Amino acid sequence: MRTSIRRSRRLGALAAVAAMTTGLLTGCANDSGSKSDTSGDGGGKGKTTITLGLFGTMGFKEAGLYTEYEKLHPNISIQENVIEKNENYYPALVNHLTTNSGLQDVQAVEVGNIAEVVQTQASKLEDLSKVAGVDKSNWLDWKWQQATTKDGQTIGLGTDIGPMAICYRKDLFKAAGLPSDRDQVSKLWAGDWSKLVSTGEQYKKKAPSGTTFMDSPGGLLNAILSSASQKFYDASGKVIYKSNPAVRSAFNLTAQAAKDGLVQSQPQFQPGWDQLISNSKFASVACPPWMLGYIKGKSKADAAGQWDVAQAPQAGNWGGTFLTVPKSGKNVTEAEKFVTWLTAPAQQAKLFAVQGSFPSAPSAYAMSQVTGAKNQMTGDAPIGTIFAQAAKSIPTQPIGPKDQIIQQGLTDNGVILVTKGKSADDAWNTATKTIDNNLEQ
Amino acid sequence: MATRHDTAAPLAKEGGAAPARPEVVRTTDERRRARMSRRWQRDMRWSPYAFVSPFFLLFVAFGLFPLIYTGWASLHTVELTAPTDMKWAGLHNYTRIFDDDFFWNAAKNTLTMGIISTVPQLAMAMGLAHILNYKLRASTFFRVVMLAPYATSIAAASLVFVLLFGRDYGMINWALHFVGGGHIDWQNDKWPSQIAVSSIVVWRWTGYNALIYLAAMQAVPQDLYESAALDGANRWQQFFHVTLPQLRPTILFTCVVSTIGASQLFGEPLMFDANKGASGGAEHQFQTLGLYLYEQGWVNQHLGRASAIAWTMFLILIVIGIVNYVISRRLRESS
Repeated sequence: MRTSIRRSRRLGALAAVAAMTTGLLTGCANDSGSKSDTSGDGGGKGKTTITLGLFGTMGFKEAGLYTEYEKLHPNISIQENVIEKNENYYPALVNHLTTNSGLQDVQAVEVGNIAEVVQTQASKLEDLSKVAGVDKSNWLDWKWQQATTKDGQTIGLGTDIGPMAICYRKDLFKAAGLPSDRDQVSKLWAGDWSKLVSTGEQYKKKAPSGTTFMDSPGGLLNAILSSASQKFYDASGKVIYKSNPAVRSAFNLTAQAAKDGLVQSQPQFQPGWDQLISNSKFASVACPPWMLGYIKGKSKADAAGQWDVAQAPQAGNWGGTFLTVPKSGKNVTEAEKFVTWLTAPAQQAKLFAVQGSFPSAPSAYAMSQVTGAKNQMTGDAPIGTIFAQAAKSIPTQPIGPKDQIIQQGLTDNGVILVTKGKSADDAWNTATKTIDNNLEQ
Repeated sequence: MATRHDTAAPLAKEGGAAPARPEVVRTTDERRRARMSRRWQRDMRWSPYAFVSPFFLLFVAFGLFPLIYTGWASLHTVELTAPTDMKWAGLHNYTRIFDDDFFWNAAKNTLTMGIISTVPQLAMAMGLAHILNYKLRASTFFRVVMLAPYATSIAAASLVFVLLFGRDYGMINWALHFVGGGHIDWQNDKWPSQIAVSSIVVWRWTGYNALIYLAAMQAVPQDLYESAALDGANRWQQFFHVTLPQLRPTILFTCVVSTIGASQLFGEPLMFDANKGASGGAEHQFQTLGLYLYEQGWVNQHLGRASAIAWTMFLILIVIGIVNYVISRRLRESS
């Protein structure tokens, strides 16, 4: 008896160890297999939980859209999982997509990554153009195209875009002897980015001490590039960044502004740059609507109402997100319905009112949430109509899978060097060398 | 007794002419004992393997398999977006490392940052340990404080250091300003950035090493100091002629551990300029091998290239290990 007890104990321990190890080993593989267990509304409490994988604060929750949907559909509950930075979110998403495991029901994709997802992961994602209630004509045409594969499969629905204008400080412009009315300011540089830079030269002559005309070389370069009809890839998908004259001239113009000290030398969204905002050290910044929220977050109280928004020389797009539904998600049908509702014009307008994410649905531009939008930083400026005007003139620019890598190279390994005293040509060489090394497979 | 057949004649060997062993009739008790004994033997022989198996199974799954898979991937052109789609590339990923300026730049940075972080770190640790070895009030408090940086997460520490090393509003430049120091761009200039990143490493690991030295110092027999004192050696001479020689094995240990740590430097430089992330500064001025590997694999998604870099780093580490071994053996022989 005694031995058999001991034996069974020992076997039990062994079994436990074995179970633990095999459990660990097969744990990952189990994910995709368990799909059918919890699908549909069989989730115990009779509720289906739709999960969203998001990056950063996208504002759906803050705008009350989840609660609204849950009220409309009492059998649904919605849960979001947020990873703060897209640099961390996106590699994990790609990893999950390639292994078809660990995916949420809805996954957000940033505009900088959408081309790569469209080209490499489309087979893992649902074609949302076929879902009932999705109407292609709701979206700006180029926004719709960005998430559509060559064979016509649309894998993501746009939530917002980033039509770019120039936000400027009225007080600093006045102090430097420039006009401060937004229409006059727009006229200063209408149609030509080099006029913006020469306005900067003018600003510099009588600039309040310690301030510069613009915030950072990266921001200026980004603004110029985004308004070009072609950027880094041509329509056939070939990398053309080095031979595209628009890229080189944008680079040179930015380098010139950097050399003349018209821009600060801090990279955007870094602590140093945040401090520039809070100390009111620059007079203008290329800004999509969401930037106003960022500025507000970093500004001291006395900056409220000092800002205004003028049109950019040529409008471009900065930012924007798509929502995709992975095929291996647990509640594909429910997720499709939810995404359709969430990206409808009415919801996009509500998101703009709260979060400043500008609608990618033109029919939302006439809605009261957009036309009546006011922003604390810009006083009474009708930002909804100003950005809507910019949105309408954004060019249809081919975006490629490695746009982000190329742009980051041009900014962080390129124009930023000019602020350190390198010549524009040297900076260009460093940037292209880095980019080519990063693109090489 | 003599009736027992099995004692009557020796057993025939295989192929022998003697009759086969007759069936033994045993009591149940005997049978149970035999069974127990067999079990006991099996237990003795196999149980240890069962007990160590979890580690080895996990090692095979999470250590050996990735190692081999990485080796296999390094011979292919393969992208993170489609890891199953491999194209045979032979040794191409390795041969291009030889004229990859970015790799050698990263290797050089890893070496220089390894030196400017490890050397002051160990020297300061030794000094601190020597001071802590005196009789102090609240010595436990000081010892715990020494370990505090080690317990802080790299991310949190780096964020604070980024603020301290800010160019325009950083505290260090502000302090330098008072002593007439210049306007140092800690993130964008080569040596300042390397020194800044190294300072995070130094801050984090000095206390840890100091405690190791302290433990070793307290194991040094007191009578050695007494006899040294009788010979007229002052504190400084005691430190040099008694403490240091006694600490030699410990110093070697910390050197090896710090070298390995330095060659894998990753978190600090990654966090130091979060905007440029893995590129380690505008001109890659503080990009380490770890960062370069990460950049190729996870930012640019070239799994094949990243695997080749990982294997090359592995080989470099082996070489460093051998050099360490040779030096320590020489030192042991000479003493």
